Amino acid sequence: MSKSLDFEEPVVKLREKIGELKEIAKSAEVDMSSEIETLETRLKQLEAKIYSNMEPWDRVQVARHAQRPTTSDYIEEIFSDFIELHGDRSFGDDEAIIGGIASFEGQPITIIGHQRGKSTKENIRRNFGMPHPEGYRKALRLMKQAEKFNRPIICFIDTKGAYPGKAAEERGQSEAIARNLFEMAGLKVPVISVVIGEGGSGGALALGVANKIYMLENSTYSVISPEGAASILWKDASLAKQAAEAMKITAFDLKEMGIIDGIVNEVAGGAHRDVQAQALELKNCISEALSQLNSLSEAELIDDRYEKFRKIGEFIEEEVN
Amino acid sequence: MAIRSLLSINKKKQKGVIVDRNKENSFPADLMTKCPECKKIYLTKELDNNLKVCPNCDHHYKMTAWERVSILMDEGTFVSFDENLRTSNPLKFPSYLDKIEIDSHKTGLNEAVLTGMGSIDGSQVVVAIMDSHFRMGSMGSVVGEKITRAIEKATEYSLPFIIFTASGGARMQEGVISLMQMAKTSVALKRHSDHGLLFISIMTHPTTGGVSASFASLGDLNIAEPQALIGFAGRRVIEQTVREKLPEDFQTAEFLLAHGQLDAIFHRKEMRDKLATIVKLHQKGGVSNV
Ligand SMILES: [Zn+2]
Repeated sequence: MSKSLDFEEPVVKLREKIGELKEIAKSAEVDMSSEIETLETRLKQLEAKIYSNMEPWDRVQVARHAQRPTTSDYIEEIFSDFIELHGDRSFGDDEAIIGGIASFEGQPITIIGHQRGKSTKENIRRNFGMPHPEGYRKALRLMKQAEKFNRPIICFIDTKGAYPGKAAEERGQSEAIARNLFEMAGLKVPVISVVIGEGGSGGALALGVANKIYMLENSTYSVISPEGAASILWKDASLAKQAAEAMKITAFDLKEMGIIDGIVNEVAGGAHRDVQAQALELKNCISEALSQLNSLSEAELIDDRYEKFRKIGEFIEEEVN
Repeated sequence: MAIRSLLSINKKKQKGVIVDRNKENSFPADLMTKCPECKKIYLTKELDNNLKVCPNCDHHYKMTAWERVSILMDEGTFVSFDENLRTSNPLKFPSYLDKIEIDSHKTGLNEAVLTGMGSIDGSQVVVAIMDSHFRMGSMGSVVGEKITRAIEKATEYSLPFIIFTASGGARMQEGVISLMQMAKTSVALKRHSDHGLLFISIMTHPTTGGVSASFASLGDLNIAEPQALIGFAGRRVIEQTVREKLPEDFQTAEFLLAHGQLDAIFHRKEMRDKLATIVKLHQKGGVSNV
């Protein structure tokens, strides 16, 4: 059983109680079935109520859940014949991003995603899913390779951000991210990006210049973390909860702003509660998106991507006399 | 402070009005300016005549967008674009528009970038000049839109695009919309590039965050002014993350040059001539006449 989050505490408590009651009923040889049934109905109602009224901060907690499915979990569930390809060919292999080739419903595709770890050990190896420049350059290399062989590209976004470190700056973190934005704009193959966890700033966007952008229901996409926003805006990182609301970072916010194309429903309580069911939702989403994009020509794909980003922005245009 | 007093001269310009170069350089109120680097005191006029570069230590002062126009473009050729765009408040942050209003009044700009067309030593170019006196040069929707429109105009007229960056990064108050301006400007630059056109990025102090990680780094030539602070993450954030002392020159233009991240550093005094030469060298060979 995975660790519970604050907002779902009542659900977890009730579920535990029902479990205890079942145990007792078994050994006491008393028929408690109607009582148990009543409680289970109440549990369903409570779940529905709590999981349908999640605050932005609750969703941040789910998006950051240690057991939340990662890129590699979805690769295993959704694609077949996956072969991981490593390295940027100039510096090294950044394990904070993984990528490779696979097949999806019979179609060869390239898959690239940020990769967090689930244990401390794996997180250290994967730098907590925070890439260095060579990670972005590996991603770009694989995208260009996909373009050559006319494979659609599927990107999973799941990072707190590009790594803020000395070596990253020395090797051109800014240029690596910028280059991806620029080159992704010109890709002649369909590009689909899905935010599966945290979409943190430029480090997320560097896998996000896509024809179709989706977000899992409890994922976030933001220019800065809620903690960072709180400390800049109000000089107090403990106001992260308020910042999570003010900054409009949920899937629903981004859908409303017209930035993303759709929201992938999550299983009750979050993707970590049922990886296979979640993967199926995601698979259906990718399948639908690909069927729309596969019919577009190279020029149409590039124009489509151009128009998509071209129209993002809120401003007032005054009449010129 | 001298720069502030010069800012007040940057009255709002009408579209198409010719800039009076002498007026831009007129005598500011503060007579003396102390160099923040070497602490020497100079007549402000002497400093202005020296393109706001300290004659003693070569410290490059920040410049306003209009000051750069005056030292860069051929006299009377600059036409400003899109002054009719106004910032809105998509996330409804309290007092956001008041702050915009104050900086707009202070700088004479509608937002943190001035865009337009003009000539440099006879060569027609489209330019965008960011002004860090306006909300730290941060990029929100209007900055992203003005830059994108300028790039599109350069593409339409088959002209080189030159940008002077000066920015703390994305505009927090516009949230993820400001993040998306990185992508918007980059897709526009890709289209400009695909037409075989020249883009020169000149990074001035400071160029960080989302601006550094988008158009600032995408020049066919990436140039910087001496000592400019350029980087993705802030120095303090990095120090907290890596828990090690960073070198004194970390994230300076010179540091980037040494690490292979820049084509060149140009002193402000040679900037105009070098840019003119670069543009001319590209006219002879590659500029498509489609
Ligand atoms: Zn000095």
